[in-house]
Amino acid sequence: MPFTIKVNGMPHSVDVDGDMPLLWVLRDLLGMTGTKFGCGMALCGACTVHIDGQPVRSCITTIDSVDASAITTIEAVGRTPAGRAVQKAWLDLEVPQCGYCQSGQIMSASALIADNPHPTDADIDAAMAGNVCRCGTYVRIREGIKQAAAANTNRKAG
Amino acid sequence: MSQQLIDHPAPESPSRRDVLKVGLGTGGALFVVFGIPSIAKHFQQDANAASIVTEAKTAPFAPNAFIRIERSGGITLTMPMVEMGQGVYTSMALLLAEELEVGLDQVKLEHAPPNDALYANAILHRQLTGMSSSIRAFWMPLRQAGAVARTLLIAAAAKQWGIDPAVCSAKHGVVSAGSRQLSYGQLVDVAAALPVPTPDSLALKDPKDFTLIGTPAKRLDTPDKINGRAEFGIDTKQPGMKVAAIAISPVFGGKPKSLDAAAARAVNSVRQVVRIDEAVAVVADHMWAAKKGLEAAAIQWDDGPNAKVSAADIVRQLEEASKQPGVVARNEGDTGKALASAAQRLEAVYQLPFLAHATMEPMNCTVHLREDACDIWVGTQAPTLTQTVIAQLTGLPKDAVKIHNHLLGGGFGRRLDVDGTVLAVKIAQQMDGPVKVVWSREEDIQHDMYRPYYYDRLSAGLDAEGMPVAWTHRTSGSSVMARYDPPLFKNGLDPDAVSGAAEPPYAFPNIHVDYVRVEPPGIPTALWRGVGPTHNVFVVESFIDELAHAAKHDPVAYRKTLLAHNPRALAVLTLAAEKAGWGRPLASRRGRGVSVQSAFGSYLAQVAEVEVAADGSLKVHRIVCAVDCGMVVNPDTIEAQVQGGTFFGLTAALYGAITLKNGRVEQGNFDTYRPLRVDEAPVVETHLVKSSEFPGGLGEAPTAAVSPAVTNAIFAATAKRIRTLPIDTNLLKSAG
Repeated sequence: MPFTIKVNGMPHSVDVDGDMPLLWVLRDLLGMTGTKFGCGMALCGACTVHIDGQPVRSCITTIDSVDASAITTIEAVGRTPAGRAVQKAWLDLEVPQCGYCQSGQIMSASALIADNPHPTDADIDAAMAGNVCRCGTYVRIREGIKQAAAANTNRKAG
Repeated sequence: MSQQLIDHPAPESPSRRDVLKVGLGTGGALFVVFGIPSIAKHFQQDANAASIVTEAKTAPFAPNAFIRIERSGGITLTMPMVEMGQGVYTSMALLLAEELEVGLDQVKLEHAPPNDALYANAILHRQLTGMSSSIRAFWMPLRQAGAVARTLLIAAAAKQWGIDPAVCSAKHGVVSAGSRQLSYGQLVDVAAALPVPTPDSLALKDPKDFTLIGTPAKRLDTPDKINGRAEFGIDTKQPGMKVAAIAISPVFGGKPKSLDAAAARAVNSVRQVVRIDEAVAVVADHMWAAKKGLEAAAIQWDDGPNAKVSAADIVRQLEEASKQPGVVARNEGDTGKALASAAQRLEAVYQLPFLAHATMEPMNCTVHLREDACDIWVGTQAPTLTQTVIAQLTGLPKDAVKIHNHLLGGGFGRRLDVDGTVLAVKIAQQMDGPVKVVWSREEDIQHDMYRPYYYDRLSAGLDAEGMPVAWTHRTSGSSVMARYDPPLFKNGLDPDAVSGAAEPPYAFPNIHVDYVRVEPPGIPTALWRGVGPTHNVFVVESFIDELAHAAKHDPVAYRKTLLAHNPRALAVLTLAAEKAGWGRPLASRRGRGVSVQSAFGSYLAQVAEVEVAADGSLKVHRIVCAVDCGMVVNPDTIEAQVQGGTFFGLTAALYGAITLKNGRVEQGNFDTYRPLRVDEAPVVETHLVKSSEFPGGLGEAPTAAVSPAVTNAIFAATAKRIRTLPIDTNLLKSAG
């Protein structure tokens, strides 16, 4: 079945079964491997992308459910103010260790601060508990979100 | 000069102007219709620009296997150990750059090819990354390699200027003498013609002159880890590559009995069904088709001899075996006599479960096997072992087996073993063209090689003042070393199984430690982050806490008395206790617990603060960690490793257990094999003891230290002693 999806502002047409998860379309057909496979059951968040700005787990998001929505992946999240602020905080605070989960962490964190300029610890817990990091970068993820939120808010205020 | 590992543009949308169409032809074949560039070309470009090059390249100046300098001034550093999150690519680069007199902003990195002669870790005697040994093993060799190159570049400049090298100096890639300057790039041809001095003949920099080592450095791998560019093994793209999903016999030692290959092949985009001894793989154009094909195959298994294995049987077997004396790891004094005359005697049994590694990057391996060569794209902690095993499997000479190593999406010991690569090559043997074999999370957890189950018996005798006069510790479990590194398994003793037990930090006048090897049926065992100490430090630090309690002493004061001879251990304990506010009153059902360890050449003390609710639920609020790891290479990484190592150990203490029923691992994904999540992560404080001692390892130390700190804190809060991990919160319910 043919589908045309919009990824990072670009249309892509693929002819696949409608139940194919967006994750594998991105990784195996479009060659965009920044979005990671971790669990296949929306348990770890490594595959998080934005659909119309909302964080979703691409491993359980079938291509026939996406329609004309705007999909943003880690490769382009830096074009958004929130994504840029999160990436800068991640770099400043040296958040990643092995780095494998960090695409998903950054996508979830970007969606959080785009939606909530002043996230509390409880907000961070709620938004980020679905993203697993086996290296244990959680302390710096929390700090990074706070720093990015502050920077993003200042940018808006300025 | 780029400081990035990868210098190709981010793989955004492959086509810039045109719509890319990837579709299925009538025969199920993948076809590609597009504008420019083609998807194949895009993949090709990515492959060519691969992040960190594995094949050694030539350069005008390459005085050793770690440093290459181009005429353009480009500097490439070859990393002998692999980056799996522990920051080793930055710390190794710091060691080289410090003596080479260049900045980290001037260097590019590459993965080392497999070569034990050039890149063996001196502690592990092979090119292995593990046991927190990288800095200890390479502290001298990499500094010496940098010093050799710097000496030659200075000599080259001095020769060109006709002056004494002693009046020349090097800094940031430039040799100077007075107002004269030559960049390293300008010197490479002259330097390359000079005789290379032996590393031992050169004086290394005095640590007081270090400008890089010991100063927080930005990690060289971070920029690519925040934008999707970092390339892990699973991200490999090769022209014509297919993707395979794999189902391995759910019971270890079983094999496929029957399957519906036609049904698998009927799935769109499925190309081939491959059956090997212990597994079935379905090969397709993409992972989704491969997964659906695997389901359609409806594989029936012959479970083989381990069909009835259960966790309870394994524990019973261990319990029984541990009643008999084992191979003696240490015996000083006469524990029997001391126990007999002790004023007070204690006995306890401690148990630790099988554990999976559950790296975030599931197991995967890409193979292109031809008649005369085999290319392997993988992230491995053991590149030379991989090459050797695959050469044996394929009958190819070692040189024909090329290992393209990658960043590892977590290692934790899982990628010391090469079972995943062996399976991928067996699949490739039945195929034409490259294939990427990707394990599902369930395959990854159910076909791991596991941290052994350990069953430990301890006894101690106390004198009238409550101080220990005898200590016995018998550990029983699988020997990982007998399988993984047989020369280390001597006279029936596995040094890993008793690591942290045979040499506790405390002074005991009489001590007896022995090991009973028990190989459980139907479950392979392996090294796991923290190795021996992760098991033994929990046991030793819990039991010493029991002794302190029995003696009615404060746990910190009791340990301090026993550490009078061990100043570094005493110092970290004192610091951790002070920073944690040890002794300050806490609310009801809150408690603090402490642990101390000497392992991996480093000293660590942790204080955990926990709260146990009336329903038994446990909240770890805070972990304070004091560290003496000798001279520090990158302080920022120390803090990161303390946080990460602590959470890895805490995850296991709270949730980690792999169990078997009817030969099958009962856990499958992150719902049943729970990881710690951000909302459960306590505050972690790191306090460094300034030290000029030889550097110690730190990647695993906090993993070992944290579990007893937490269970001792639970005891302080509830008076309930946890002797079996993971912590069963049902035992912590308040009686009222």
